[in-house]
Amino acid sequence: MSNSTTIMTNVNPNNKFKKLASYLHPYQIISMLLLCIFAIVFVFPFYWILTGAFKIQVVATQLPPQWFPLEPVLDNWVTLFKNPVARWTFNSFFVSLSEMVLICLVSSTAGYVLAKKEFPGRKVIFGVLVAAMALPKQVILVPLFTLLAKLGWINTYKGLILPAVGWPFGVFLMKQFSQTIPTEILEAAKIDGCSETRTFITIVIPLLKPALGALAIFTFMTSWNDYFSQLIITRSTNMMTLPLGIATMQGEYRTDYGVMMAGAALASLPMLTIFVLFQKAFTQGITLGAVK
Amino acid sequence: MLLLSNEKQMGASEMATTSLNLKPRKNKFKKEWISSYLFLLPALLFFSMFVVYPMLHGIYMSFFDYSLTKFEFIGLQNYIDLFHDKNYHQSVINTIILVVVAVPIVIAFSIFVGMTIYKKSEFTRSLFRGIFYLPAVTSVVSVTVVWNWIYHPNFGILNYLTGLVGMEPTFWLGDPKTALMAITAILITTSVGQPIILYVAALGNIPVSYIEAAQLDRASSRQIFTKIIWPMLMPTNLYVIVITTINTFQCFSLIQLLTSGGPLYKTSTVMYGVYEQAFTFGNFGMASAMGVLLAIIIGAISIFQFKVFGSDVEY
Repeated sequence: MSNSTTIMTNVNPNNKFKKLASYLHPYQIISMLLLCIFAIVFVFPFYWILTGAFKIQVVATQLPPQWFPLEPVLDNWVTLFKNPVARWTFNSFFVSLSEMVLICLVSSTAGYVLAKKEFPGRKVIFGVLVAAMALPKQVILVPLFTLLAKLGWINTYKGLILPAVGWPFGVFLMKQFSQTIPTEILEAAKIDGCSETRTFITIVIPLLKPALGALAIFTFMTSWNDYFSQLIITRSTNMMTLPLGIATMQGEYRTDYGVMMAGAALASLPMLTIFVLFQKAFTQGITLGAVK
Repeated sequence: MLLLSNEKQMGASEMATTSLNLKPRKNKFKKEWISSYLFLLPALLFFSMFVVYPMLHGIYMSFFDYSLTKFEFIGLQNYIDLFHDKNYHQSVINTIILVVVAVPIVIAFSIFVGMTIYKKSEFTRSLFRGIFYLPAVTSVVSVTVVWNWIYHPNFGILNYLTGLVGMEPTFWLGDPKTALMAITAILITTSVGQPIILYVAALGNIPVSYIEAAQLDRASSRQIFTKIIWPMLMPTNLYVIVITTINTFQCFSLIQLLTSGGPLYKTSTVMYGVYEQAFTFGNFGMASAMGVLLAIIIGAISIFQFKVFGSDVEY
């Protein structure tokens, strides 16, 4: 007992000193300092949105600026809610959630068979999907628009939701992840007379859960922030998504910065909340998607 | 992504062999094939309808004079017109400037942040990763709304701050000299989040023993970086360069929301040009031709980058 404590006391200060020394290295101090300055620059716009949302117009535009809101007011939020923001918020959630569910369904089945089944055409199909992914989504927006116009899907939920389901990123992600499923489990299930559908639901889906989580969050984010598609597919005020609605408000409230900040805060709040809650899944999705 | 070309090449030959092997036992396997195809079907339906068909139709439309009132085959005329279009030239130049300025800064900055935080505690790492990823998760609308205010010539805080050090107030987004750089700055803040996450992961994967061995051999920090860390980051560098270049080429929302391509087309990009042709001028044929050119340019850049950087990359 006394022996071990002496060893501990011998080792610990030494280690601590080493660690401290590495922290005090001039390069470490300078880079940490720089990093903190950059972090402030990155956080500042969000701070400005949040505080701006509670400032009256005179205060918002005064110079020198009021760095801390001294007398916060709710006027901007009252003005903001004179616009159909509730409808816009519903639209954003409805479109993003539908896309999320559809993409997860479609991608997990496709990714699974592409990773785990042998059938003619498998490699060709996967090759085409991945090659399409290398092209930016936006280059097809014009022909996509004319297609949706022909189908009469402009300014409809169908038009906002379904085209995004075709994007093969999810299939790619699920295929990469499905490869980690041990083949033995699937074969055992087959020998036990388990049908393909049942195997998929009871065995594969639970194993894919981490990847599905990452894909779900990612899809939700891309869909929520897909400003370009929403801009060209939406026509009427009622069909607008929240970011789009806020963007069009800029015409009316161009110089009313308080109201615009309240709108900006509202448009990014759901994504920021989800991000803070699920940061791990985000990180996982990004690193998984990068696996070549 | 490097695998793709391989997989694609292998695809045809492998398919031939598997189908050859399986032919005698075709009946036994057919049932499983059918279920596999059924599992694939939904994804393929959506993919062919909303990706493949628009892609092909876009190429087709690019040979037409196609507007609300007209649909007339004109061959390569759209492409020839683009070749002589001064505004298009300007947007190509702007896009190149954006890429040349933004991509190296994004990479240098992400490596700097990665190097500074990857050995720190889990808490510190996720804190900084989170902070630098914030602009990427935020809706571009919120980002532009606040930057519009920061850049405002009369009561924006940027002019206030530069005024404190004695600089003249600038109309950041309205002055042809500063507008593109003002956009680039925002673009960089929205682009570094993903690379930082990738670099932190890649740096964490470098075996500590390599660095310790070098330290025992009295290698300087600079040598450790150039001889060990940098080569091991090459796959990540390649991936980050490709995705950042492609993202920069797609830069659209910032421009549509902040400057609409102005002043004097000084901030118009290739992607914004496509939008303007189609949805402002109603010229869908020309817009499709611009889209096809953009796709070709991006494809060529991806291939070029893989050829240049891919040779000494190990996967």
